[in-house]
Amino acid sequence: MTQDLLTIAGKSYQSRLLVGTGKYKDLDETGRAIAASGAEIVTVAVRRTNIGQNADEPNLLDVISPDKYTILPNTAGCYTADDAVRTCRLARELLDGHKLVKLEVLGDQKTLYPDMEETLKAMDTLVKDGFDVMVYCNDDPIAAKKLEDMGACAIMPLGSLIGSGLGILNPHNIRIIMESANIPVLVDAGVGTASDAAIAMEMGCEAVLMNTAIAAAKDPVLMASAMKKAIEAGREAYLAGRMPRKKYASASSPLDGLID
Amino acid sequence: MQIQVNGDTRTLDAGSTLLQLIQLLELEGKRIAVEINEEIVPRSEHGSTILNEGDNIEIVHAIGGG
Repeated sequence: MTQDLLTIAGKSYQSRLLVGTGKYKDLDETGRAIAASGAEIVTVAVRRTNIGQNADEPNLLDVISPDKYTILPNTAGCYTADDAVRTCRLARELLDGHKLVKLEVLGDQKTLYPDMEETLKAMDTLVKDGFDVMVYCNDDPIAAKKLEDMGACAIMPLGSLIGSGLGILNPHNIRIIMESANIPVLVDAGVGTASDAAIAMEMGCEAVLMNTAIAAAKDPVLMASAMKKAIEAGREAYLAGRMPRKKYASASSPLDGLID
Repeated sequence: MQIQVNGDTRTLDAGSTLLQLIQLLELEGKRIAVEINEEIVPRSEHGSTILNEGDNIEIVHAIGGG
C-alpha cells in the first residue's frame, strides 16, 4: 500500500494528529505527551517574555524543537483581525521566516467561538502577506468555502467549543464542508476522548487538532498515546469503508450444514 | 531616557541600541521577536537600531498554547 500522508501547504506528514502545548503541568510533561502523541505539527502561542524572571528557565522551543517538529504558531487570545495579523508577523520573526500559522479570531471569552467577520478580514491580509494559513472556524459551510477561496491551506471547523470536550456536535455540517472542500479539513476543538477523535477520522477528516483532551486528562502521556491510536484507527476505518447499516440481523455463520 | 518594555517603564542611557537593551534583559541569543512602536525589528537589525525616548517595545516568545 502506498503511504497515506497528510499534506499541508506542500509538506507531507505521517501523523494526522496535531497537538497543542497549553495547560500542561510543566515542560517535561509537555515534551513527554507530545512525543507519545506522535504528532509532527505542534501549536504554540506567542506572548510577552517575562522580563527579569528566571532568565535560565527552559524555553518551550527547547523542548519542542523546530528542527524536529513543524511549529504552528496560533493567534489564540486575539479578538480582532489586527491583533491576529500582528501576532502572525511576530511569530514569523520569532521562527525565522516561518510561514505556516493557525489563525483564530475569537468572538467572546465565554464561548471562544470564532468571530468569522474578523477571521475573514485577517485571512485576507495574511494571504496577501505570504502566510500559509490554517484557519479555525465555525462549522458553517459557506464561511468555510469563502476561506478556501481566499487561499487557506486548511480549514479547521470546531467539533464543539474550545476546551469543552463535548465531541463533534454537528457532524452533518462538517460532512458538508468536507464534500465541497479541495483542501484538508481538520476538526479543531471539542475532542474529549479517543472515540471523538476516531469519529472525526472515520467521517473522513484529514486530521484532528487537540490540546485540552490530552493536557487535561488525568494521565496526559497515556491519553496522548490513546489519541495516536484513535486517529490511526479512525483513518484506517475510513479508508477501509464501513459496512452499510442494516435494520435487521445478518448471520455471520453460514446457515448450510447445521446439525439436525 | 524612558522607554516602555512589555508595559513597564524603564530608564536607559540615551543612544542605547535595541541589542544593548536585550543584553541588559539577559535575552540575547534567546528565541524572541521584538516590536518597537508596533513595527517588527528583524533580528539582524537589533544592533543597529537606536532606541528613542518614549519608545514602546514589545518582546515576545513562544509559550504553550493550542
